[in-house]
Amino acid sequence: MTAPRVNLTIEGRPVSVAPGTNLIEAAKQAGVLIPHYCYHPGLPVAGVCRMCLVEVEKFPKLAPACATAVAEGQVVHVHSEKAREARKGVLEMLLINHPLDCPICDQSGECELQDYTYQEGRADSRYREPKRFNPVEDFGGDVLYVPNRCILCTRCVRFMDDVAHDNVLNVSERGDRAFIGKFEGKDLTHEWAANVVDLCPVGALLSKDFLNKARAWELDRTASVCTGCSQGCNIIVETRDNVVMRYRPRSNEQVNDFFMCDHGRMSYRGLNRRDRIDVPSILGGKGYDAVDWDVALDGAARVLKGKRAYVVASPNLSNESLHLLSRLIKKTGGVGTFRIETGHEAPLPGVKDLSLRADRAANGTGAELMGFTRSNTPFAGIAAGDALIIADAEVKPEDLAAIGQASAVIVLSTSMPAGVTRAAVVLPVSTHAEEEGTFTNLRGRVQRFLQAKAAPGMARPTWFAVSDLLGALGESAQYFMASEVFASLAASNAGFAGLSYDTVGLRGLPIAGEPAGAGR
Amino acid sequence: MGYPHKPHPRETQVLSTHFGTADARTAEGWKQRGGYKALQNALGMDPLAIQQVVKDSGLRGRGGAGFPTGLKWSFMKQGDGKPHYLCCNADESEPGTFKDREIMRWTPHALIEGCAIGAYAIGAETAYIYIRGEFTEPLDVMERAVAEARAAGIIGKNAMGSGKTVDVWVHKGAGAYICGEETALMNSLEGKRGNPRIKPPFPAVAGLFGMPTTINNVETLTAVPHILNNGADWYKKMSRPDNPKSTGTKLWSVCGNITRPGNYEVEMGFPFGEFLQDLCGGAPNGRKIKAVIPGGSSVPIITWEEAESAVMDYEGMVAAGTMLGSAGCIVIDEAQSMPRQIARLARFYAHESCAQCTQCREGTAWTTKILERICAGDGTAEDLDTLLSIADNMTGKTICVLSDSCATPVVSGLQRWRHEFEALITRKTVHAVPAVVA
Repeated sequence: MTAPRVNLTIEGRPVSVAPGTNLIEAAKQAGVLIPHYCYHPGLPVAGVCRMCLVEVEKFPKLAPACATAVAEGQVVHVHSEKAREARKGVLEMLLINHPLDCPICDQSGECELQDYTYQEGRADSRYREPKRFNPVEDFGGDVLYVPNRCILCTRCVRFMDDVAHDNVLNVSERGDRAFIGKFEGKDLTHEWAANVVDLCPVGALLSKDFLNKARAWELDRTASVCTGCSQGCNIIVETRDNVVMRYRPRSNEQVNDFFMCDHGRMSYRGLNRRDRIDVPSILGGKGYDAVDWDVALDGAARVLKGKRAYVVASPNLSNESLHLLSRLIKKTGGVGTFRIETGHEAPLPGVKDLSLRADRAANGTGAELMGFTRSNTPFAGIAAGDALIIADAEVKPEDLAAIGQASAVIVLSTSMPAGVTRAAVVLPVSTHAEEEGTFTNLRGRVQRFLQAKAAPGMARPTWFAVSDLLGALGESAQYFMASEVFASLAASNAGFAGLSYDTVGLRGLPIAGEPAGAGR
Repeated sequence: MGYPHKPHPRETQVLSTHFGTADARTAEGWKQRGGYKALQNALGMDPLAIQQVVKDSGLRGRGGAGFPTGLKWSFMKQGDGKPHYLCCNADESEPGTFKDREIMRWTPHALIEGCAIGAYAIGAETAYIYIRGEFTEPLDVMERAVAEARAAGIIGKNAMGSGKTVDVWVHKGAGAYICGEETALMNSLEGKRGNPRIKPPFPAVAGLFGMPTTINNVETLTAVPHILNNGADWYKKMSRPDNPKSTGTKLWSVCGNITRPGNYEVEMGFPFGEFLQDLCGGAPNGRKIKAVIPGGSSVPIITWEEAESAVMDYEGMVAAGTMLGSAGCIVIDEAQSMPRQIARLARFYAHESCAQCTQCREGTAWTTKILERICAGDGTAEDLDTLLSIADNMTGKTICVLSDSCATPVVSGLQRWRHEFEALITRKTVHAVPAVVA
């Protein structure tokens, strides 16, 4: 049995959608954008901005597209004279008390008020009266409120009430005196509160962290996955001049809907560390000597010869890197371990199975699938004579005694692990923002991330370095692209069977045996 | 004409009969005057039969929209297993309207009886009377009367010994015009901010607490016991012979520049000109009436010439270019400046806009600012066209009609008295007589 469909025509384009779909969503499917402010697919419908008014044949009045369900045979005109005039009126009204301070507004360039005004607004204003003024307010958390730019779409209020279930915001006052208010004694300290900044279609709610840092049009945007916890929220990494400026959520109804938590949002900061290793080096008589990759890899191969490789991996390494590391472990009869930092859980109640997870790393599931053992003392099993490979894993002071047991240490890291002074070989690798790869989230969903910026100096993806190391150890297989490593993984690991970069795409796919993910 | 004055001989007193009779405020006194007989009978009737009588009577909503009451009740699906609610809209906030206030002050039991019958007829066990925050005296009277009726077993679990549950509760609003809009009223009653809801869903499907709900005006519900007692035909006869669509009596609140302001009860179809001149005494101090707002501030303003020949029923007012509305009649005499009057009305709507819809939030305030600037002598020639354009953007595009209501006096005023606005803009004197009412 096929699901029932409703057939209608939007801007002359026939479209067939599920019953109950609203006109904005139906129009999206027809490839038509109906301008709107208060409507957001992740929030309950408010119908207050009146921007999405469209002409529906046989309706006496213009209809708000967000609050109008499709009907069989409906004919909708989005860009008719009548509808355009109505939206022009709304835009003029929205701007009469707006400060028009785009040159100093963070939202400029990604502002829907700006976009629609350029698209179909008036070129001038007929407003001759003094403008309303309200002072800027700190909403707590990462959020700053600039009431003069606010269009009172109430997306922020609805997010806090209906998605975060934390009644912090409200509409205070009435008429043109209205503003977004904060209930007495409350702040936007909810751990998902910063989503209101993304939801705000104008420059009224701003991130304090991002304030005055960059213009929207200077940013390069790359699809990625957050490494703040094992949820694997889909994100956009925004960079300028090879520096990560911020994370923003990328919608994926199977994982994070439209949202990401504040912890994950701020985790971009780790990508801008200034103490990166940018050149391979070998420990010589007078400390570390910078060498080229071939020399360093030969050195590493010599260290490994005849020894058991004891690999302590970061749970933020990609599936690809972990796969090749597991090959290295197998080849030397070694051991692989990893440790995940944990913290409290912070669910977003309005979305099913979405939470800041206790495991604060992106790929613990992938590490386990690759045969690594999770431990809180990952270095404890080192036996005398082992060659220890620290694959970007964090080293704590209490680990140093165990590390001392290893006959030699190879560091394969983004920055030098604290307290490790006598590594035989140091190989610089890239962060997840500097390479392509996949993570497996806690629900077993394999998700791709793309390269957002260049790695410093001579740093390479971990899988690239390990591939070359395997070559130096006599393996013939060579990989030039992450997708090739993934193909090898899919061919050798039953969980990944049938997956490829093409099929995984930018929305991810569950590994074999896992149900399709979460979402609403 | 209501207390403290004697009624005019041409009035037809049905609802206002006992206005000013202190004894009629008690349950016992009300029973002595024939009260609660209709409820007693109704509780023995089939709810659908009550709906039919009300349908046959031609009773229409007295709150402003004039929707047929019986038809409204029939939208409530009987036996759907859900709790039904009746809301009595006693948030009478429409400027110029004060008829419900008098009903509640003088005949509280008439309203309780109407609510109980209405609730029973729509399959509801609970009726809420939502009284506006400023109505302190009517609230006191109603609360006392409800307590008395409950103690006497008139309402409650076993209403009048019928074994049926019909209860009435009084709820005090916090004083917002918009809470008289039925969906905002329900939000307010639920404890939320009084913002109108998007329709659909309509209240009869999902209203108060998400349940099927009917909202009726005080005057509408108060008329129901009389209809049940005297029959639908009796009520229907009170109409113009050529217009059976408006039936019964209507309470008219008259205020402004009028010699005898107050509440008047007349039959549908009464001549408006005679009403204003003979019953209400025309404009005071020998002045002439210039303009009339017949149905509360939200309806188009008409000239004396238009009002003089108008007929006082739903269709008659539409024919005169305005609406019956809530029958809150505001009279404006020749000494008044129309731009000032209209600016004052606009300021009211700007103050009361709930701030949800863009056109209303911004448009009401913008309209007010322009009008007040014109009144201050700083108007420009373009302002009038801008006003009409804003009014167009504010009409028919928002969730509720508050926005339209602000645009209405502006558009109707500019149509009829544009010269007064233009005179202000060109700084000419408008009136020989100084304004009495600022």
